[in-house]
Parts: sequence; structure tokens; C-alpha cells
Amino acid sequence: MKVYSQENNGVLRLSFVGELDHHDAKSSMKTIESLIDEYLPHDCIMDLSGLNFMDSSGIAVILRVNKRMNDMCGKAWVENPAGQPLRVLDASGIDRVIKVFTKAR
Amino acid sequence: MAHTDYIKLEFPSRSVNESFARATVACFAARLDPTLEELSDIKTAVSEAVTNCIVHAYPGVIGTIWIRAKIVDETTIEIMVKDNGVGIPDIKRAREPMYTTGGDDRSGMGFTIMESFMDKVRVRSAEGKGTTVFMSRKIIRKTSEI
Ligand SMILES: Nc1ncnc2c1ncn2[C@@H]1O[C@H](COP(=O)(O)OP(=O)(O)OP(=O)(O)O)[C@@H](O)[C@H]1O
Ligand SMILES: [Mg+2]
Repeated sequence: MKVYSQENNGVLRLSFVGELDHHDAKSSMKTIESLIDEYLPHDCIMDLSGLNFMDSSGIAVILRVNKRMNDMCGKAWVENPAGQPLRVLDASGIDRVIKVFTKAR
Repeated sequence: MAHTDYIKLEFPSRSVNESFARATVACFAARLDPTLEELSDIKTAVSEAVTNCIVHAYPGVIGTIWIRAKIVDETTIEIMVKDNGVGIPDIKRAREPMYTTGGDDRSGMGFTIMESFMDKVRVRSAEGKGTTVFMSRKIIRKTSEI
């Protein structure tokens, strides 16, 4: 998976592109953590529109980003999951912990 | 009588093999003419089972993972993912949502995802001997083709 980032006024947008599984999770998490450390954003958006596969390892990544942001009194949310990643998010009930914004289904 | 088609895979528990394993099973399942959604459901379940072998069955070591996928009744794919790693002491507990022995890196949702993406999930395990996960999924023929 590739993580593209864009920062604007304390809002960090992370775009996940490709497949996020256990093999990718560790290095992706490192990349994301160093971006958060660099920008110290108050909001962090995880944009999943470019993600075409994700499993529970991706759930763990999202939850860790959320925790990291909450620990520094910031907010995190998920935007635009579709297809398989959206079904995985639904099955995991992650929306009880973090906001998930989908385009009209 | 319809014969049974199957494939068998054997590979070391290195994470680089996760995408290969799920893609191979999905490729085999494609002959049932599934929808893209059905195919990605199967991929997801295989990814979960294989990751569990890598992370939990063989922690810190490289072991062997076996997969057998079989087509039965020309409509159903049965998948077995097997390791001879540490085993699961309490299967019922392991299958509960959010139960994990994996700490911060894991979410404890693997079995929950397998159960919601497949029709049936069965787990057999013995401590110190290993774990086998059996899953099946019926592929509904699209009406236009009947
Ligand atoms: N093949 C296996 N060998 C040994 N233990 C296993 C195996 N598969 C699962 N387990 C045990 O069952 C627990 C639950 O598995 P499950 O896949 O639901 O969650 P997880 O792997 O911990 O987290 P996630 O799948 O969300 O990354 C694991 O934490 C582990 O203790
Ligand atoms: Mg798991």
C-alpha cells in the first residue's frame, strides 16, 4: 500500500492506495506515525477511496491512528471507503469507535 | 457424476506470501463464475486465516502453511487453511469479536470477518499441535445464466 499525504492548516489528509494487509501494515503505520509527528495535526482524515483491499490488519491501523490522534487531543475519521474495504469496516463495527463518511450508497 | 476439483498450496509463513495466497485461491474460485464481490469476500477470508497462521501460529518463527481449496457440487468452494503451530487453547473465546492475544497490532476481528464473509467457518485446534480452519461459500449462479 502507498500512503499519500497532504497537510493544510492542521488538517492532515492521508490517502491509502492499493492493498492493506498484515504484510503492509507495519511499514504503513511507521509512515503514518512519522507524518503525524511531523505535522502534529488537530484533524487526521484517512481517505480510503483508493484502497481496493483491506483486512483486519487495516482495522488495526485505523484504530491506532485514531488512538494516536485522540491522545494528542485531536480527531481522526475515515472517508470514502467503497467495495471490499467498506464491507470489512461494516463487518467490524468500527463506526462505533471512529466516524466513517461514505459517499451516498 | 461431477468430479471434484481442488488445489493444494504449501508455503512458508512469511508475510510476503499473504497476497499470493489469497489471490491464488480467488483465481481458483473464479471458475464458479462469482461476482467481483463474492470473489473479494473469499479473498478476505483467506487473508484472515493465513495472517493468523503467520502472526499467531508461528510467532517469531517460520513454519509451514497448507491450503486446500475444493469445489463441491459445482456451486460451493470449501477452503481449508492449516498450520502446525502453537494451537488455540479456547476456540470459543478466540472467535469472540475483539478477542486478541496480539496486542496493539491486532484488532481481534479476524474470525468475525471470516464468519461474516463466508457461509460456514469451522475451527479445529490442539495446543502445541496446530490449527485448521475450514470455510465454505456457496456461489449463487446469476439468474441471467440459468
Ligand atoms: N492459527 C492460529 N494459531 C494460534 N492461535 C490463533 C490462530 N488463529 C487465531 N488464533 C488466536 O485467536 C485469536 C483471535 O483471532 P482473530 O483473527 O479473530 O483476531 P486477531 O488475529 O487477534 O486480530 P486481527 O485478526 O483483527 O488482526 C488470536 O488473537 C489468537 O490468539
Ligand atoms: Mg486475525
